[in-house]
Amino acid sequence: MFAYLVKRVFQAIAVMFVISLIAFAIQGNLGDPLRELVGQSVSEEVRQQLREELGLNDSFLQQYLRFAGNALQGDLGTSYFFKEPALDVILKKLPATLELVFGATLIIIGLSVPLGVYTAIKPNALLSKIIMGLSIVGISIPVFLTAILMIFVFSVELGWLPSFGRGDIVPVWGYWETNFLTADGWAHIILPSIALASIMLPLFVRLIRAEMMEVLQSEYVRYATAKGIRPWRIYFVHALKNTLLPVITVGGVQIGTMVAYTILTETVFQWPGMGFMFLEAVNRVDTPLIVAYLIVVGFIFVVTNTIVDLIYGLVNPTVNIARMGA
Amino acid sequence: MTKFTAGVATAALIAALSSAAYAETTVRVAYDADPVSMDPYEQLSGGTLQLNHMVFDPLVRWTKDLQFEARLAESWEQIDETTMRFKLREGVKFHSGNDFTAKDIDWTFDRIKQSDDFKGIFAPFVDVEVVDDYTVDLKTSEPFPLVLHTATYIFAMDSAYYSGQTDDGKDKAEIVKHGDSFASRNISGTGPFTVTEREQGVRVVFDRNDSYWDTESEGNVDEIVLTPIKEDPTRVAALLSGDVDFIAPVPPTDLDRVEKADGVNLITMPGTRIITFQMNQDRVEAFKDARVRQAIDYAVNNAGIVDRIMRGFGTVAAQASPEGYLGYDASLTPRYDLEKAKALMEEAGYADGFSITMMAPNNRYVNDDRIAQAVASMLSQINITVDLQTMPKAQYWPKFDERAADMMMIGWHADTEDSANFHQFLSACPDSDSGNGQYNSGAYCNAEADALMDVANTETDPAKRAEALQKLEGMLYAEAAFIPLHWQNLAWGAKDNMNAEDIVNALNFPYFGDLVVSE
Repeated sequence: MFAYLVKRVFQAIAVMFVISLIAFAIQGNLGDPLRELVGQSVSEEVRQQLREELGLNDSFLQQYLRFAGNALQGDLGTSYFFKEPALDVILKKLPATLELVFGATLIIIGLSVPLGVYTAIKPNALLSKIIMGLSIVGISIPVFLTAILMIFVFSVELGWLPSFGRGDIVPVWGYWETNFLTADGWAHIILPSIALASIMLPLFVRLIRAEMMEVLQSEYVRYATAKGIRPWRIYFVHALKNTLLPVITVGGVQIGTMVAYTILTETVFQWPGMGFMFLEAVNRVDTPLIVAYLIVVGFIFVVTNTIVDLIYGLVNPTVNIARMGA
Repeated sequence: MTKFTAGVATAALIAALSSAAYAETTVRVAYDADPVSMDPYEQLSGGTLQLNHMVFDPLVRWTKDLQFEARLAESWEQIDETTMRFKLREGVKFHSGNDFTAKDIDWTFDRIKQSDDFKGIFAPFVDVEVVDDYTVDLKTSEPFPLVLHTATYIFAMDSAYYSGQTDDGKDKAEIVKHGDSFASRNISGTGPFTVTEREQGVRVVFDRNDSYWDTESEGNVDEIVLTPIKEDPTRVAALLSGDVDFIAPVPPTDLDRVEKADGVNLITMPGTRIITFQMNQDRVEAFKDARVRQAIDYAVNNAGIVDRIMRGFGTVAAQASPEGYLGYDASLTPRYDLEKAKALMEEAGYADGFSITMMAPNNRYVNDDRIAQAVASMLSQINITVDLQTMPKAQYWPKFDERAADMMMIGWHADTEDSANFHQFLSACPDSDSGNGQYNSGAYCNAEADALMDVANTETDPAKRAEALQKLEGMLYAEAAFIPLHWQNLAWGAKDNMNAEDIVNALNFPYFGDLVVSE
């Protein structure tokens, strides 16, 4: 176990190093940050002087070494736009994104298991066909379109739910302010969560369905049925447990993807999270913030995947984590 | 009715009346971006000026029909060729409680001179002289016609508040482009609103300044919550669903929807930002021939672009100066005649055409990439083959500085609201010392035109200036120095009870202090 963790930490460091290098390499192609910092009629001379002050005229290696040196001391640079340390900016935006991901995850878990199991048990029922049809639609419509459609229907036409932002939020701890403690907060998080879930939910319904159908054909389920165990118990206790392994594997990877999809969802809903912040940073060529974001997201990927591997061991005793370290 | 119930009813009535009288009027505003800083002189941008007009007051400001209106200056007079004397309003207090006097104007002027973004506008000015507590002289090095134009940029800062050092030893007055400064987070002006809460990129909350000097203003808004909503459809949806009261800009695709929606008003106005293409004579030999440039102007159907691509949301242009500017010449009309264009090409010896490259941004101006595509296909009609590349503005501007393509798109708004500014930046002979022609990617150079600009820049008689500036526009038109397309319109959406049409203007800084919300 310990050896495994040590190995994972080294992997994470390597991944982070590569990410920082790539992020640094692309920043030269993102455009000129000075253009976003000064007015249009400011002379080239003044811009050059500012460029010099910001150290943008140094060679790539010089800039990278300076960045890496600071990063090792926990300083990922200062955002041009927010004028604060990039890491602080991201940490302030992180709770909003995590709450959104949490909301979407609740919807995915809450719906994908019953829907997946139902469509597996009754593959020919009309409802199953409708669910499978909708899941195709869900997968094929881009998130931003789903989001705009929902805003149009539920906010503009029906007036049930607010169209943008986080609404009333309650401070919990540090930078963490939550949506889940006020009615207004709940109303604000519903649409973005559904939009974010819309891309993953069909995937999980299909995955659970496919796995479930396979398990239902297996010997032990038939034996259990023959033994007279109640169908409900067979489906949800005996069969479902064995479908979860691949679901967790895919789920772990997809949580990372979901963080990426927050960029679109947050932009449409003006959700003040780090996905929206990232897109804005790209538009403004706020390079320190871009690099810091990529590193933080890389870190989240590595951590979630490590946790998934650990859970793997708990769900399936045949996977021996202690030996994975060797 | 017993005495008791009557008493209760009366009490309830009084409570209802008084609560109506003291009800907080909150206006929720959604723009596409929020101000980058609270420092009024850090960045010269629309967002900064919008903020400045809410929290500060200028010496004078523009009215809707582009006249000057007294604000912190009560009156002004020219006392000699290079001096304008301003009489300042008495009894004005800053939000901090400090009194506003002439020394604040002097201090603000010195600070403007330190600002990279604003000092260009103030280049002709040498000094502010304090005559007495409520009188200042604004001095220029040469006779200068745009003293009042420039005075609209003098927003009195609270010199006592912004002087001294912060706890960590930094000068409170310093202007920092990147990184933290006192002025970017703290604010004290004389304006109708104070900032009570600000989370950058999320929202800014403004509270009415109860001791605002302008008691004649009927503005009755107690609180403004400004939220940036970047996405066009979301911003429109927020207005239509009633989540916000006032939005800007309204994208061209949603103009119809906002106009037809119940309870919501659409206000549009011709803007002052001209969209043009420049033809680089250094890169393409053919562009040196005025006939070729005219042919291109004749081949581009700018009325068609406004009609189909902009959906009418623009004003077709034949010159840089919009109507209302001194240089605007109504006799210059848009040219579109394909036959004539072909004839001109043939006359110039290019009947078979040639190939060029073209670049345009895709997120800077309204529909910029689609406009460029349309122009490219229009040019193919006169056998000019266009290799078009569009890109985000962040990548476009470095390319523009390199003059990386044969035809490049540029939009321009004159910070001085004056015609000479267009020529100075877009079509004057490029000269890195004076900064002239900084955005002249066409390398068009005409000494006669530059001479007319110089005349206009020192002539203080408006009639003579107008003559020179109109002659200049006519010259650029005749020579087809650039291809004018249109002036982008401005559009705001607001709930009916906002009376928003009374406070908006072509300069795109609504005077929220004067906003009257009806019941």
